[in-house]
Amino acid sequence: MSNISASAATPSFTPRLVEAVRQYGTLGIFLVLVIVASFWSDAFLTERNLMNVVRQVASGAGIMAVGMLFVVLTRGIDLSVGSIAAVGSVLCAYLVAVQGYSVPVTILLVILAGSACGMVTGFFVAYMRLPSFVISLAMMAIARGISLIISAGRPITMGSPGASLVDFGSGFFLGIPQPAILMLIIFAIGGVVLTYTSFGRLVTAIGSNEEAVRLSGVPVERYVLSVYVISGALAAIAGIVAASRTGIGTPQVGVGAELDVIAAVVIGGASLMGGRGGMFNTLLGALILGIITNIMNLAGVPGYHQNVYLGLIIILAMLIQFVTARSRR
Amino acid sequence: MTDLVSLTGIRKNFLGVHALKGVDFNLKAGEVHALVGENGAGKSTLMRVLAGEIAPTSGTITLDGEVTQLSGPRDATSRGISVIHQELALAPDLTVAENIFLGRLPGVVNHAALRKAASAILNRLGFDIDPGAEAGTLTVAHQQVVEIAKALSNNARVIVFDEPTAVLANSDAERLLAIIRELRAAGAGVVYISHRLNEVFDLSDRITIMKDGSHVETVETAATDVDTVIARMVGRQMSALFPPKEGRAPGDVVVDVRNINRGRKVRNVSFTVRAGEVVGLGGLVGSGRTEVARLIFGADRMDSGAIELHGKPLRLSSPRDAVRARIGLVPESRKEQGVILEAPIRVNTTLAKIRSVTRMGFLNVGKERRIANALGADMRLKASSVEAPVSSLSGGNQQKVALAKWFHADCELLILDEPTRGVDVGAKSEIYNLINDLAKAGKAVLVISSEHQELFGICDRILVMAEGAIVGELDEDAFTEHELLTLAMTQSARDRDEASQ
Ligand SMILES: Nc1ncnc2c1ncn2[C@@H]1O[C@H](COP(=O)(O)OP(=O)(O)OP(=O)(O)O)[C@@H](O)[C@H]1O
Ligand SMILES: [Mg+2]
Repeated sequence: MSNISASAATPSFTPRLVEAVRQYGTLGIFLVLVIVASFWSDAFLTERNLMNVVRQVASGAGIMAVGMLFVVLTRGIDLSVGSIAAVGSVLCAYLVAVQGYSVPVTILLVILAGSACGMVTGFFVAYMRLPSFVISLAMMAIARGISLIISAGRPITMGSPGASLVDFGSGFFLGIPQPAILMLIIFAIGGVVLTYTSFGRLVTAIGSNEEAVRLSGVPVERYVLSVYVISGALAAIAGIVAASRTGIGTPQVGVGAELDVIAAVVIGGASLMGGRGGMFNTLLGALILGIITNIMNLAGVPGYHQNVYLGLIIILAMLIQFVTARSRR
Repeated sequence: MTDLVSLTGIRKNFLGVHALKGVDFNLKAGEVHALVGENGAGKSTLMRVLAGEIAPTSGTITLDGEVTQLSGPRDATSRGISVIHQELALAPDLTVAENIFLGRLPGVVNHAALRKAASAILNRLGFDIDPGAEAGTLTVAHQQVVEIAKALSNNARVIVFDEPTAVLANSDAERLLAIIRELRAAGAGVVYISHRLNEVFDLSDRITIMKDGSHVETVETAATDVDTVIARMVGRQMSALFPPKEGRAPGDVVVDVRNINRGRKVRNVSFTVRAGEVVGLGGLVGSGRTEVARLIFGADRMDSGAIELHGKPLRLSSPRDAVRARIGLVPESRKEQGVILEAPIRVNTTLAKIRSVTRMGFLNVGKERRIANALGADMRLKASSVEAPVSSLSGGNQQKVALAKWFHADCELLILDEPTRGVDVGAKSEIYNLINDLAKAGKAVLVISSEHQELFGICDRILVMAEGAIVGELDEDAFTEHELLTLAMTQSARDRDEASQ
């Protein structure tokens, strides 16, 4: 079949190693972390604790990391995810409790609202060619403001009209928290889209060489716009999940979440320079982050200190990327 | 006399590829030593070893009779070795002057002095380039000149030119060759890599032929001839470089360009290309040929004018519109515009027509692989597999990938901007055959090239541009260097040229 002349191959060792680190590094860190943690604390490897971790990840960075990965693949960044989650949380409670909408309609409207926020960011980034960092920073302020306006700055309790949501948020399916199942489904869909569809292919390609993709006749702007819409929609879903856990919509949801989400994506090995990153590794990245937080909680590390460690972990993740990227040359 | 440089038994393995299999090479002071071979033979890799950019798997580097280990490119530079790369590597946001002195900039930069020094070098090269311009805004040819200036400013004793003329028009190339002769006379050792063998014979004292990562032979230039070198390069006797033009039957007008304008770069350009016709766009670098191509492809907006495709007006607001109208463009700078370096060959080949390998948005990777393999075979692509990233290919093979993408897209009008840039003789003839096949299949082809012989060999007629306007048209019986250059060097162009010398 292939007349492409192959040179005789003797694999050399080091590049292979670097390649392996790049592909399975996150998995390795994940496994090591689990093993160390379970030896270190008896409380860690209990079903209760583990379920707690995944539930936390699901209503925290997890779902949003899927959207962030798409954005990062195009060489962008979305700092507004935490604020959009707050809009999602507050709007969800507001529509159900105050406006009396049914739960399905509410969910639909909230997702639309999140998408709309993402669309605004995406429009300026894709069509006006403004830097995503600044535009999403502005959206971060806008969305947070909107969430405070809707809620007048106070938590909104969903009460009985939102009972089915609360059931979802606190319920289990086959022994696994339902929000965690939702997160896994979203990751699975994200993974399929990323690896098996032309959308995923082109999003990745745009991050590698936007000009070459444009000159291949691809409507680059449309793809860039849509990753921000996806990110906004998923952030809104994360907000709904957060509200469903407690039955309360509050504008404090997702403060600082963008940091966790970006950390999850980076720990998962995605390149902030675009064009490289995987869905499974991002899931692992989110879980690693959750486990580390959990360990710190179990060890009684005070919240303020936890921030410092989180920052150091991000630096470490970037360092590993830098070293592997370098030795690939 | 000891050799300036002597490389012995150099081996280099990349992931599963033996790029160099024990190569010997030496360079004397005051000689031009040409390095030739097919795409992927290992020429650039050997020079990257000499430049300290990659460490050889084994083998020794001897400089001035002393065995040396180069710790990196800086080390090589400080020992007087400069390499002008095939893939230009300027910092696009820095000025020309800053680029020339990059790596040696003082903490506080005196821009005026820097520009003056840069001007001096550029003038010595005979090019009128503004040292204050951002490098990214220059044409590829002028970027090349800046690279050369950078090497000269290093006072290098060993200068490697990796396909420097691939992007230069003939007159500019001539000037470059004169510079190289000057360097040789001043006692420098020059390594000259080129696929243009006439230049090699013009210029060099010795020729080293490489094939598949091995040294084939080193000969005195005076003791051999072009055909022998080609035969040893490709390992077989080459038939004619250009396919016969018979069997092409120009039909209806496919594209009709009327009075298009864009700034001062494109002025009132009108022409037509018919089905089954190969039309050339000739002229000097900077005459506006690339700009015309980009307008027809929708990559830039025109100020005024109209383009008709098959008699219907064409509205182009983006390359997407062009691709939908089945117009393709192989751009001149492949690294920035033609290919995605990190992506596998397979992904690159279907990029302009991804629909051909998707069903309801889902990719059919098996089909894509078959397509890429078939195209690769057609074009004699040299790669470990279609899954290899384009960045791992030699320059010429990268160009083939950029072409493959558009051959796959099946265009009615294909515009090729320097299609054989950096491509070896064997592959060139493959590409000419492919272009000929396109024309025979009734497609319209527009070719931009600075290699006049190439235009003469494949075109039915040639439009000559100068200063943004079409200044004449040559029919086949007028295909001579003289005719083309007389048109291309309009009076004002000639004045400017003289002024800059
Ligand atoms: N970083 C790399 N990783 C893997 N393979 C590589 C790498 N760099 C070069 N190669 C391989 O080494 C071989 C020699 O490449 P090289 O660029 O030296 O060829 P060349 O003679 O300069 O060709 P050209 O005339 O096309 O420029 C090719 O088969 C290429 O695919
Ligand atoms: Mg090369």
